[in-house]
Amino acid sequence: MLNPQLNKHGALQHLLTIDGLPREILSTILDTAAPFTEVAEREVKKLPLLRGKSVFNLFFENSTRTRTTFEIAAKRLSADVINLNISTSSASKGESLLDTVDNLCAMQADMFVVRHAMSGAPFLMAKHLADTGQEHIHVINAGDGRHAHPTQGLLDMYTIRHYKKDFTRLVVAIVGDVLHSRVARSQISALTTLGVPEVRVIGPKTLIPAAVDRLGVRVFHDMRAGLKDVDVVMMLRLQNERMKGALLPSPQEFFKYYGLTADKLACARADAIVMHPGPMNRGVEIDSAVADGRHAVILPQVTFGIAVRMAVMSMLAGS
Amino acid sequence: MLLPDAERLCAALADSVRPDVHPDTALIGIHTGGVWVADRLHAALGLKTPLGSLDVSFYRDDFSRSGLHAQLKKSDMPFAVEDCPIIIVDDVLYTGRTIRAAMNEIFDYGRPARIDLAVLIDRGGRELPVCPRWTAQTLEVGAGKNLQLERSEAGVLTLRLVDA
Repeated sequence: MLNPQLNKHGALQHLLTIDGLPREILSTILDTAAPFTEVAEREVKKLPLLRGKSVFNLFFENSTRTRTTFEIAAKRLSADVINLNISTSSASKGESLLDTVDNLCAMQADMFVVRHAMSGAPFLMAKHLADTGQEHIHVINAGDGRHAHPTQGLLDMYTIRHYKKDFTRLVVAIVGDVLHSRVARSQISALTTLGVPEVRVIGPKTLIPAAVDRLGVRVFHDMRAGLKDVDVVMMLRLQNERMKGALLPSPQEFFKYYGLTADKLACARADAIVMHPGPMNRGVEIDSAVADGRHAVILPQVTFGIAVRMAVMSMLAGS
Repeated sequence: MLLPDAERLCAALADSVRPDVHPDTALIGIHTGGVWVADRLHAALGLKTPLGSLDVSFYRDDFSRSGLHAQLKKSDMPFAVEDCPIIIVDDVLYTGRTIRAAMNEIFDYGRPARIDLAVLIDRGGRELPVCPRWTAQTLEVGAGKNLQLERSEAGVLTLRLVDA
């Protein structure tokens, strides 16, 4: 089957998921992002690549960091950015997703950045654009349900490469609520595609998806054992809002067994880096002393996220 | 077609630029060949201001047709552009579009005192009103050909004619 993200020339047309993207494309995105990091240091933080283009931020779920960094990325590329607050828009009056898309296309949209609670919503949009002969309009998935959050996965890879250089010698642990995490799925796809030899997931049985080992990861329920000699610790947020039923006794108990403290981090390599996609629940999945400590690269992740999103938008617009 | 010796052209270019450089003059090379030439000029002229370099890919006017090129380089401007006399250095001047892109990029760092242009080869074929102040050599090159500057592992510069 053709990859719906690629055009007939094999170039990136949409960014919907990291699954199925070849290593060359992931590496090209990371390589392309590198020169964009320098733009933030200029007097005029603007490049003309998306001049005259309209980027619609369609966030059907709340987000501050992701929406803001996409907005900054698009504005630094000189695009016109339109933020739709869906909770007060036509969707809440019953308009379907595809009717919303058709209306925005009639307003000459060039790119959609979409976040949706339903897994697959960005795929549906991309398919609809193809079916209606509007392949020139691009879709970027900014997080769909439990499925994928590809730009978060890519900015995490950029951060790892920045600090660790070579993916092929690393041991990486993803810790916490893997079950509800679209970030974890994108991270696992990206890490395995880029050649990381050992990816571990660490968490309680109730928050680790069944058969996750089929994705090529090692599962640990004991955090200290899972962190032994790792180079990169990728913490996940405990997603209380997605939990139905009693998966955890209490946040306090979760912190006791799976919260990242200096004591547990000492099991990792001395030069390990600690990442978190935000927003952090301090005292639940991560201790403040670690979040603000010398191993943490959590704020650089945010800064790199802008460059990675600029790279993705530029590659799509130029495809 | 017999091509001129690139190293000799670099030395000639340095000689023609030398009388006009100011103590604060800054050189900016355009990736990739222009940076090599600028590096030669910087050493020959003994300039104090560190060498700048630009990858103009983000400012090219053919982005919407051909997208981003692979192998992007970081632009590096290790001096304050504001009020600085600048010489843009490139290997081969053709349509002038690269120089237009470079000037746009420079202005995003500040307002320079002036901008001049030094090139190793002017091959004609201009599509924009761009005129170099110093040219080491003019050369007729057919439209179907590209003139490229190459650098050997030992660091020696040579010119090569390839199909466009």
